[in-house]
Amino acid sequence: MLKIGVPSKGRLMEKTFDWFGTRGIAMRQTGNDREYSGAVDGIDNVELVLLSAGEIPRELSAGRIHLGVTGSDLVRDKLADWPAQVAELAPLGFGHADLIIAVPAAWIDVDTLDDLDAAAAAFRAAHGHRLRIATKYHRLVRDFLTQNGVADYQLVDSQGATEGTVKNLTAEAIADITSTGETLRANHLKILSDGLIHQSQAVLFLARAADWGAAERATLATLCTRLGLTAPADL
Amino acid sequence: MTPKAAIRAEAETLFAAFRAEGALPVETDILQPAETLLDLYGEDIRARAYVTADPLRGEMMLRPDFTVPVVQAHMAHGAEPARYCYMGEVFRKQDSPSARANEYLQVGFELFDRTAPEQADAQVFALFARLLAPLSLRAATGDIGILMAAVRGLSTSDRRKAALLRHIWRPTRFRALLDRFSGRAPMPTARAALLDHLQKDSPEALTRAAGTLVGLRSAEDIAARARALIDDAATPPIAAPEAALLYDLLSLQAPARAALNHLRGITPMLPAIAPAVDRFAARLDALAALGIDTETLPFEASHGRTSLEYYDGFVFSFHAADPALPPVASGGRYDALTAVLGAGRSIPAVGGVIRPGLVARLKGVI
Repeated sequence: MLKIGVPSKGRLMEKTFDWFGTRGIAMRQTGNDREYSGAVDGIDNVELVLLSAGEIPRELSAGRIHLGVTGSDLVRDKLADWPAQVAELAPLGFGHADLIIAVPAAWIDVDTLDDLDAAAAAFRAAHGHRLRIATKYHRLVRDFLTQNGVADYQLVDSQGATEGTVKNLTAEAIADITSTGETLRANHLKILSDGLIHQSQAVLFLARAADWGAAERATLATLCTRLGLTAPADL
Repeated sequence: MTPKAAIRAEAETLFAAFRAEGALPVETDILQPAETLLDLYGEDIRARAYVTADPLRGEMMLRPDFTVPVVQAHMAHGAEPARYCYMGEVFRKQDSPSARANEYLQVGFELFDRTAPEQADAQVFALFARLLAPLSLRAATGDIGILMAAVRGLSTSDRRKAALLRHIWRPTRFRALLDRFSGRAPMPTARAALLDHLQKDSPEALTRAAGTLVGLRSAEDIAARARALIDDAATPPIAAPEAALLYDLLSLQAPARAALNHLRGITPMLPAIAPAVDRFAARLDALAALGIDTETLPFEASHGRTSLEYYDGFVFSFHAADPALPPVASGGRYDALTAVLGAGRSIPAVGGVIRPGLVARLKGVI
């Protein structure tokens, strides 16, 4: 049995169902709309597993599901060396969001990472601690700042309402996802001109660690043909 | 013998050799306060060290290296001069399954001595070279002090020098700054636009016009940097011949004596490096007196710029033929680190570590 993990609620679930539906594979919730169980019609030997989108990377990594739909940002942030653990089968064209770095709009002296780095050095000298960046995307943000040679910052964890951390004086800058930028503007923040860390969208991932027996491979081949995809050659 | 026991035996042998040099054994905690290490190395250390939480002491790290706790122990209650040795596990998080060890033994030797730093450098290197001689390793050496002296001697603003020095361990960033300061790279359009905007009014007025200021970074902080940016825009580029010397220095790679001759040759054009070059020469003489062939000893001016960022003088490492293996041993001088950790006090210090696991592997005993 080939298990597909799909977000268990909201627009991500609906859009995922639509994506598969237009390709002849019907996914649906079974029971009432609060019950997390589902079914797949139009292809045999595929089981639908409804999961929180945030847990799908972990389930892929553990190989408890064969395929999974989740944001590319979550996979890159939660999985170390993600290409070794999962393969991207297809970008699904929805769930678009940009992971960006934003600073107060009134920082007229800061527009780029280069400015952020220099401002961080001066801030540390003046305030006695490193410039704090609030985020929940620790790996992605740290790797990005390391690659770009930004120093004298520290990451502080923020699992929600991240845009408010600057006003609340728990951070000086933030790294978060945004689609329209409205929440940023409402909280007096602006995006650095070179502060785009990752353009995320929903992606159908394949778990390398899953149990790929002959039956699962055959089902995957059928599924890929139906969806117009190519299975990774190194599976 | 199991591999672990064989490695431990190898470590004991090296440890005994360090003790025979008069080094005092030191023990340090495996759990180190994260704050100290984060303040020293920045967030990057989080990607490399295991972080754990203590209910009372807060964030802790599994010892990623010995240098910091050994310096702290010396600063707290050490006599001078001092030589220390240690043996124990260090822990390094590995983000890819490519299997570098995430827990391994290190045996180290550190020398704290004010009197003759070049002698101390040479003693440490010669000791490591002697202990590792049976393995026929390739040595690499460098001297970050020469590079730092060259930057300090540039005829440009103090702010630009400070920016370069701050990034001396981040070669890509350093290069980008140098390209910009020397006019080799055009001003990025974003910076040009920012400067354009800053010319329009006083920083204070522009900040007010930009909307509600939120956060701890104050209007004064913003104005100070805005003025610094305007000043910097008026700073002429580093003169081409001077910049060329620095680029040349960054890529200098030659046997040590030949490198010294080259440095002597450029010193008249970059007089600020003269004391650092003299120290380099004194170190080579000290090394030669201890039996190291300085005619063939490899030297790279940029060596050691990408490891943990605290070496600020002589740096060295010993490598096996297999390029996939990490260095078997590495070390260097870290005078500035002792000042940071010493709360106002400092002492010249040089030292290094050997990985007995690699020694055992290269000897074929595991």
